[in-house]
Amino acid sequence: MSTKVVDRAPLTFYERTYLPAILGGIKVTSKHLFNTLVKGKAVTMEYPEQKWVVPAGYRGAPYLVKDQEGATKCVSCQLCEFVCPPKAIKITPPGPEGQPADRANAEKMPQEFEINMLRCIFCGFCQEVCPEEAIFLQKDYSLTGQSREEMIYNKEKLLKLGGTHAGIQKWKHKLEEAQEQETFPVAKK
Amino acid sequence: MDSIQYLDPTTQFVLFSILKVMLVFAVAMTGVAYSVLVERKVSAWIQDRPGPNRVAPFFVEFIPVIGPWLTRLGIFQPMADGLKSFLKEDYTPSYVRKVYFWLAPAIACVPSLMTLAVIPFGSTLGNAANKMVIADLNVGILYSFGIVSLGVYGIVLAGYAANSKYPFLGGIRSSAQMISYEIAMGMSVVAIFLLVGDLNLSSVIQYQSGGLHQWLIWKQPLAFVIFMIAAFAETNRLPFDLPESETELVGGYHTEYSSMKFALFFMGEYAAMIAASGMMVTLFLGGWSSPFGSEPATTMLGGLIHIGWFLAKVAALMVVFIWTRWMLPRFRYDQLMDLGWRRFIPLALANILVTALIVAFTHK
Repeated sequence: MSTKVVDRAPLTFYERTYLPAILGGIKVTSKHLFNTLVKGKAVTMEYPEQKWVVPAGYRGAPYLVKDQEGATKCVSCQLCEFVCPPKAIKITPPGPEGQPADRANAEKMPQEFEINMLRCIFCGFCQEVCPEEAIFLQKDYSLTGQSREEMIYNKEKLLKLGGTHAGIQKWKHKLEEAQEQETFPVAKK
Repeated sequence: MDSIQYLDPTTQFVLFSILKVMLVFAVAMTGVAYSVLVERKVSAWIQDRPGPNRVAPFFVEFIPVIGPWLTRLGIFQPMADGLKSFLKEDYTPSYVRKVYFWLAPAIACVPSLMTLAVIPFGSTLGNAANKMVIADLNVGILYSFGIVSLGVYGIVLAGYAANSKYPFLGGIRSSAQMISYEIAMGMSVVAIFLLVGDLNLSSVIQYQSGGLHQWLIWKQPLAFVIFMIAAFAETNRLPFDLPESETELVGGYHTEYSSMKFALFFMGEYAAMIAASGMMVTLFLGGWSSPFGSEPATTMLGGLIHIGWFLAKVAALMVVFIWTRWMLPRFRYDQLMDLGWRRFIPLALANILVTALIVAFTHK
């Protein structure tokens, strides 16, 4: 390794009076003061009033979604419950006597669907594993509550927060396919 | 007001003095609280931030336009800060030297307030017998130097009492720094008194009361610069805040202090800044006299205007103090000593010599 000797010129008399440093200081500080005070260019985002724009593909809190017709998309297959690494999801299936799904051709929907937002790590596995496009990581990042119980979101709350998702409607298409079978062009002859 | 005239002069004097003491104390304490706010706001603006802009009592939001504006300015912040200081836990570490630990904050705070006693903050309020200064001492400046040098004891004692290494280093630095700059400061003022011919601060203002061109800053610019820089060092302000230096000494002498004891150091520091500003205004910037020249007031209104001029000048210097904090990085310890002993003391001596020669040849 070679040593590089940096040439440090001794300070001139002008520099030793500290005047260049003081003038530089005045220049920089007054520039920033002017920008903040007059031009209003403070970099601070005043959080509760101003919020940052959540980028596309952001992994926020997972919520259940409804389809275009307002029906529950979740069919209570429990894949998300099994894949969930921190075990934040707890699904209560309807059982044999339970309430049927609120849309045609779907076999069932969950009786209760709970996500513990204190356990959730926002990994997105539930969204990835869901065969029904029923759960999505949305843009909420600021979840607050007064107690632990409050942070366990139930089905009603999740559906309300999740809103409608304009994805494919798998069971509607299955139904249409089945109905088309009835009126197959061959039968028309 | 008429009934006061029937009292004997001594009683009148005592009553007026008590009134003035209370007034000055109240104004100084408010000044301390609001200079902290100005400090926070100016710092914020220089660092591209809005600064404190939230705190407000509940009724303020009902005041249209002005209420939110005042809140944005942080006008109510000092009250919250003060309240917080009182409510915080006052923790005394087990290893401190208790007596000194309790004594130090008071000793740090009192001298800077005592200096305010000799600074004339106005001419009169109509009655020529009542000068607007708490103590119209003939040796005003000597008194203030005597008292200001006591300020170092509070800090040294705090450093010693805390019985831990960072406060101790802060205390050592403080004593060295304050002693060395005290000398330069005292010498820079000698030239002023050579010109004025009196140690009474009221006479110094009388000498400058002819207006802007009479201010001693024009006749003694070097003395002003030395005095100002020494004042920065005396009040532990950046770039000379070595006793505190958060980055290297984790707060220096007040590391172990909390709650109101810490607040007393803080108040002492800001009161010292106000006192130093008041002293600079008195010595170099014409004191209470307006830039257009003024005689001692003969009416109440005139007197109040003079007080207003004094406060405005002090406020302007306070802003300079605060602004400078963000202009320059902290000095290294040896640079600080070098600047004090090897630059300012010879310069101040030369200034005295030149002034003395000029006075000797022109004054007949």
